[in-house]
Amino acid sequence: MTPPGSTTRTPSRAIARPRQPAVLTAPAVLAVALLAIPLLGVLAGAPWSELPARLGSARVREALGLSLLVSGWALLLSVLLGVPLAWVLARAHFPGKPLIRSLVLLPLVLPPTVAGVALLQGFGRSGLLGGPLEAIGVSLPFTTAGAVLAAAFVSMPFLVITLEGALAGLDSSLEEAAASMGAGPLQILRLVTLPLVLPSLTAGAALTWARALGEFGATLTFAGNLPGVTQTLPLQVYLLLQEDPAGATAVSLLLVVIAAAVLLSLRGRWTGVGRG
Amino acid sequence: MRARSRAAVLAAALLVAPVAACGDAQQRDPAITLTVLAASSLADVLDEARAGYEEEQPDIRLRLSFAGSQELVAQIRQGLPADILITADSDTMDALRGRTGKVRFIAGNEMTIVTAPGNPDGIHDTAGLARPGLKVVLAAPEVPAGAYGREVLERAGVTVSPVSEEPGVRAVLGKVVLGEADAGLVYVTDAVAAGESVGRVPVPSEENVTVRYPAAALTDSTHPAQAEDFLLWLESGTAQRLLHDAGFQQP
Repeated sequence: MTPPGSTTRTPSRAIARPRQPAVLTAPAVLAVALLAIPLLGVLAGAPWSELPARLGSARVREALGLSLLVSGWALLLSVLLGVPLAWVLARAHFPGKPLIRSLVLLPLVLPPTVAGVALLQGFGRSGLLGGPLEAIGVSLPFTTAGAVLAAAFVSMPFLVITLEGALAGLDSSLEEAAASMGAGPLQILRLVTLPLVLPSLTAGAALTWARALGEFGATLTFAGNLPGVTQTLPLQVYLLLQEDPAGATAVSLLLVVIAAAVLLSLRGRWTGVGRG
Repeated sequence: MRARSRAAVLAAALLVAPVAACGDAQQRDPAITLTVLAASSLADVLDEARAGYEEEQPDIRLRLSFAGSQELVAQIRQGLPADILITADSDTMDALRGRTGKVRFIAGNEMTIVTAPGNPDGIHDTAGLARPGLKVVLAAPEVPAGAYGREVLERAGVTVSPVSEEPGVRAVLGKVVLGEADAGLVYVTDAVAAGESVGRVPVPSEENVTVRYPAAALTDSTHPAQAEDFLLWLESGTAQRLLHDAGFQQP
C-alpha cells in the first residue's frame, strides 16, 4: 500500500527539511477543528454523573447486546464472503473486473437509506428474491437476520478493498517458491499468502466491524426498529434524541469511544502511513 | 494544463452559481420568508396550502419543514430559527411553553387501520390486528402517532406484537405500501394520501382517539405579525376546505 516514489525519499538528516508553510498549516488546523469540535461537543454534553446509570439501564444493555450480535455476525459474513472475493479481485483475470470492483465500492458511497431501499427491492417480501425466499420460509425484513444483512451490505466493502490492496501489493516470489517446492494452491493460500496479509486482514476486519456497529440508515429502512430484535444502538440514539437528548448523548459517547478505540488500536495500519 | 484549469473554472462556477442565484433572488424579491415547522402528517396538505397562500399574499414566502412532532421540538430547542410550529399533539406543544404565542387548534384527525389493497388478510376490526403471524407495524411510542396507536389498541383491549416500531407515521405507511408489512395504524389523512395503494379498515369511534393539531407562533420569530396572519388564515374557510379535502376533521 506504500505509494511508488516514497522509497526514493531523501533521508531527513542529510538535507534540512523545508519549513512547514503557514498557508498549508492554517487550513489543516481548521480541518482538525472541523472533525474534533463535534466530538468534543459529545464529551462536553454527556451527562457524566448519570453515565453509569444511563448506560447500565436495561434498555441500553439490550441494544448494546443486539449491536454486538448483529455486528459480530456481519463481520463473520463479511470474512466468509469477502476474503474469497478480495482474492479473486486481486489474482484472477476475468472480463468485467472493473465493474465488480465498482460494485464492491458502491455501498461505501451510497446513502445508507438508499442501501435500505435497495435491500427491500432485492430481499424484501415483494422484492426480486422475495418469492423464492418466502417459499423456503425465510423472511428477512423486521428480523435480526435482516439487520445483519443490512450491516454486512454496507461494511463488507471495507474488508474487500483493504485485503485486495494488500494481496495486490504482495511480493509474489514467496508464493512462487512455495509452489516450486510442491505446495498446492490452497496450501499456499493457507501457509504463505494469508499469514503475509494478516495485518491488513485484521485492519480490514476491525474497520468492517466498526462500520457494522455504527450502521443506521439501511437497518432502519430494511429491518425496521424493534427493541431486542432490530433496535441497535444507533437506532436507539435516534429515537432517544426525540424524548431524552441527554440519554442520546450518553449512548453516542459509548459509540464514539468504541469507534475511537478500534481506530487507535489500528495505529494507521489501514492507510499504511503514520505508524508509531 | 489548459483543460485542467478550464475544469477548475467550471467546477468553481458550479459551486458559486447557486449561491449567487440565491443572492439575486433575495435582492429582487422583497418578500418575507416565514419558516413553518409542522408535523409529518401535515406535509401534503400544507404543500398545497402554501401555493394558495403565496398567491394571496405575494410578499410572503413559506418555507415548510416536516418531521415528527418530538423531533421538531428538539430542533427548536437546539436553536433552529423558525416562525411557526404545528404539532400533532398538545404534549409536544406544551413542552415549549414560554417560547410560543397563543395556541390555536387548526385541524383534527383520527387513526385508521391500513392494509394491502383489497385487504387480502381479511382484517375487519382492531381485534384482527392481534392475529398470530400477521405482520403489523406501529409508529414508535416516542412519536405521537405511536402513542395514539397504542391508545387505540388499549381502548379496543387488543394486544399486538408489532414487527417494527417505525420512527414516523409515514414510515409505517411506507412499509404497508411496499408490501413488507400486512397492516399498520396510521392517521386517516395518511390513508387518504396513499389512495388506491392501501386498503382502509376504519377504527370504530368508541375505540378511536381524537387527534388535534395545535399551532402557534414562536416568540423568537422575527416576523410575529406575519406569523399571526398565517395562523389566522389556517383557520379561514379556504384553508379549512383544503384540510377537509385531505381527510382532516374540524379541530
